[in-house]
Amino acid sequence: MILHDLISYDVLRLIWWGLLGILLIGFAVTDGFDLGTGTLLPFVARNDLERRVVINSVGPVWEGNQVWLILGGGAIFAAWPPLYAVSFSGFYLAMFAILFALILRPVGFKYRSKRESPTWRRNWDWALFIGSFVPALIFGVAVGNVLQGVPFRFNSDLRIFYDGTFFGLLNPFALLCGLVSVSMLIMHGGAWLVLKTQGDVRERARNYGSIAAIATIALFVLAGAYIWAFVDGYRIVGSIDPVGPSNPLVKSVEMGEGIWLGNYGTYPWMMAAPILGIVAAFLAFILLRIRLEGLTVIVSGLSIVGIISTVGASMFPFILPSSLMPKASLTVWDASSSHLTLFIMLVVTAIFVPIILVYTAWVYRVLWGKVDEDEISGGKSHAY
Amino acid sequence: MELDIVDLSRLQFALTALYHFLFVPLTLGLSIMLAIMETVYVMTDRPIWRQMTKFWGVLFGINFVVGVATGIVMEFQFGMNWSYYSHYVGDIFGAPLAIEGLMAFFLEATFVGLFFFGWDKMSKRGHLTATWAVAIGSNLSALWILIANGWMQNPVGSAFNFDTMRMEVTDFAAVLFNPVAQAKFVHTVSAGYVTAAVFVLGVSAWYLLKGRHIALAKRSMAVAASFGLASALSVVVLGDESGYLSTEHQKMKLAAIEAMWHTEPAPAAFTVVGIPDQEDRETHYAVHIPWVMGLIGTRSINTEIPGIEELVELAKVRIRQGITAFDALQQIRSLPPGDPVPGNLRKTFEDNGHELGYALLLKRYVDDPRNASEEEITKAAWDTVPGVLPLFWTFRIMVGLGFFFILLMGVFFVLSAQHTLEKRRWLLWVAVFSIPLPWIAAESGWFVAEFGRQPWIIEGVLPTAAAVSDLGAGTVLMTIIGFVLIYTTLFIIEMGLMVAAIRKGPDPEEEPESPAISSHVVPAE
Repeated sequence: MILHDLISYDVLRLIWWGLLGILLIGFAVTDGFDLGTGTLLPFVARNDLERRVVINSVGPVWEGNQVWLILGGGAIFAAWPPLYAVSFSGFYLAMFAILFALILRPVGFKYRSKRESPTWRRNWDWALFIGSFVPALIFGVAVGNVLQGVPFRFNSDLRIFYDGTFFGLLNPFALLCGLVSVSMLIMHGGAWLVLKTQGDVRERARNYGSIAAIATIALFVLAGAYIWAFVDGYRIVGSIDPVGPSNPLVKSVEMGEGIWLGNYGTYPWMMAAPILGIVAAFLAFILLRIRLEGLTVIVSGLSIVGIISTVGASMFPFILPSSLMPKASLTVWDASSSHLTLFIMLVVTAIFVPIILVYTAWVYRVLWGKVDEDEISGGKSHAY
Repeated sequence: MELDIVDLSRLQFALTALYHFLFVPLTLGLSIMLAIMETVYVMTDRPIWRQMTKFWGVLFGINFVVGVATGIVMEFQFGMNWSYYSHYVGDIFGAPLAIEGLMAFFLEATFVGLFFFGWDKMSKRGHLTATWAVAIGSNLSALWILIANGWMQNPVGSAFNFDTMRMEVTDFAAVLFNPVAQAKFVHTVSAGYVTAAVFVLGVSAWYLLKGRHIALAKRSMAVAASFGLASALSVVVLGDESGYLSTEHQKMKLAAIEAMWHTEPAPAAFTVVGIPDQEDRETHYAVHIPWVMGLIGTRSINTEIPGIEELVELAKVRIRQGITAFDALQQIRSLPPGDPVPGNLRKTFEDNGHELGYALLLKRYVDDPRNASEEEITKAAWDTVPGVLPLFWTFRIMVGLGFFFILLMGVFFVLSAQHTLEKRRWLLWVAVFSIPLPWIAAESGWFVAEFGRQPWIIEGVLPTAAAVSDLGAGTVLMTIIGFVLIYTTLFIIEMGLMVAAIRKGPDPEEEPESPAISSHVVPAE
């Protein structure tokens, strides 16, 4: 095999670190407005027709959006096997809670309006709320724990041992990150609803969305301050071989205050990420108030891009630090797949992602426009 | 009975996989049938075909969504419950899963929204494209999943890397064109087509019996019978191909399925029925047909098929070779970091490394396989025999049903061409009561493939017991209970909606010609 030497191992690892970020961002931006919409469902829609309008606003697209998560899972497995193995088994019960929610959600969308019974529909509305709110919260909580380091270690066979508990995940900083995640997705979902609905629903969505935009800024800044004051960062001591084998145990790592902010000193351009997160959220707030609906959802999406990129930039080159055995921390340079696998997966991605973007854009264009109340109550063309 | 973490993790995976596989076969087949029906609609412009597409589409949707919801669980569980497996083979196994998302699932999930919501928003041909995209997407999905699964059965194109302590890909084309994966793919999608055909046939038969929606039912039946006949034939032929490949790659699985305790002179006899007894290593009350097994298994009259006892002897040899590899690996790893690996040590490992997995079988009995006694090696060798009785019978159930589907579809194919269906009410009832059978066959097939692979999670490479996550048994027990609760609830709801949608029938506003045609049929009640 000579072909894969075209791109050196360290460059491939960097590219896959970037792709990991893009996948997570793709998920948060597309499925994010569904999660935000589902979380807002009980608050912006007060009767059955309004609720159906809200559900149908994401009805045709949630399924495609959710694939970002499935693709993210698959890509982590393929490109970062140790990350997949440690995080999914370590966060076992949190993952189960997410699965539980993600089982309720598709079924809720599909089944809710299949029966007239108000009790049936009310139960599914709650299922949709839980199925949207819980993942939004847990994804944030997970990021909060990753930033603090996770209590895992390897033995010499690279078998994984995890010393934490489910309730240990629910510490103050992690919950703060959970709130950042929830408020940013509500902002995004609100922006989506303002675009896709009319009348009372739109006005309520506008209010919740703009409150959430301000809350996102406040909570994000607070989380940054908390990191600066209380959260120990991680740093590689000595050298690490960027083209070395993926064995996390051959390096040394130290912990210390303020390290997570160090990258911004070394690479000042990385400041673009947090600035984008804050400025775009503020712009989303303004646009919501001055009623420029078409742009809002793009701007709120950009805020999500900024916020998630901030996490990646702060931790680089760390991906999953270990608080129990710092040298076992997973980094860009020692937690990837082999050179050949990364290359093959890059080729496949380069071929298929453009195709996916083209047909997804086409589908959104076909479905463009407001959800029509008369169409839903007439019961003709809508499935939900 | 004391269940340890390995048993519990296996139980959870089996439950969730079998449950997921209740919905997948129907999605695979029905998506293709929808695309066929809609193609006829676009070509002939007759509204009845549009009504058919929409009606079966409603049932497709109710089924599809549970398949999607439970599929996510499968993808997450490798990492959650099988973290050492994920580390050990993620370099190879992860790629097909990721490609499935990129190439197949995105297509399917993006266009399924258009299938349901796009009827009035796009041209006929535009909508037909969306329907075919869903069908192609779901079938491509199965391709990649079975490439991943095929690799677990026949791990080609990879080697152990002692720097990273895991298997890594050496030849991706070999993983892709793994003959076991290809045979499994066509066998499995054909089984999905049969499932959908029997489903459509049975529901249509029920409408004919009740004298309702005659036009829709008859046409659906014609589609189901022709599509189903072709698929039922292919499922059996390709299943035979799978079996033939097992002779080559998974000899122990084949011997267990056939309860072949000893090697017999070629060509071996086929045991039709019997009660295999794992302890006495013989099959009681066995009924044999001479020659058949040898002919199917080897496609020759003079090649022997090895029996279980001979394969166990072979396993002992492989375990010893595995110990040699394990010893070389330990020596390599005890070298100071940065030191070059001496040539002879490297050679010893390279010569024996492919049997490293067999040494890991000993981990159940000793911490260091190098200290294993003769008795422990014998025990580990016997561990390579999966449970013979359940394999023997699930295989026979699957094959028996496979032949029954050919008969069923053949009869209906002929009768629907002769337009004499309504007169043979008992046959229609047979079709109705056949609805659950393809699911029994499909789940049996899953069981044969995966239970037959035990004690390996990856044949010959990694024992299942070594692959689990470090979790508490109580934690896994809790999630099993959680899955059982939500899955049972979901199943009841899904069945309720299915039955209600079938009772309700197609949208009457879409029903163009029913009164005229159904008037000459005597209603059932």
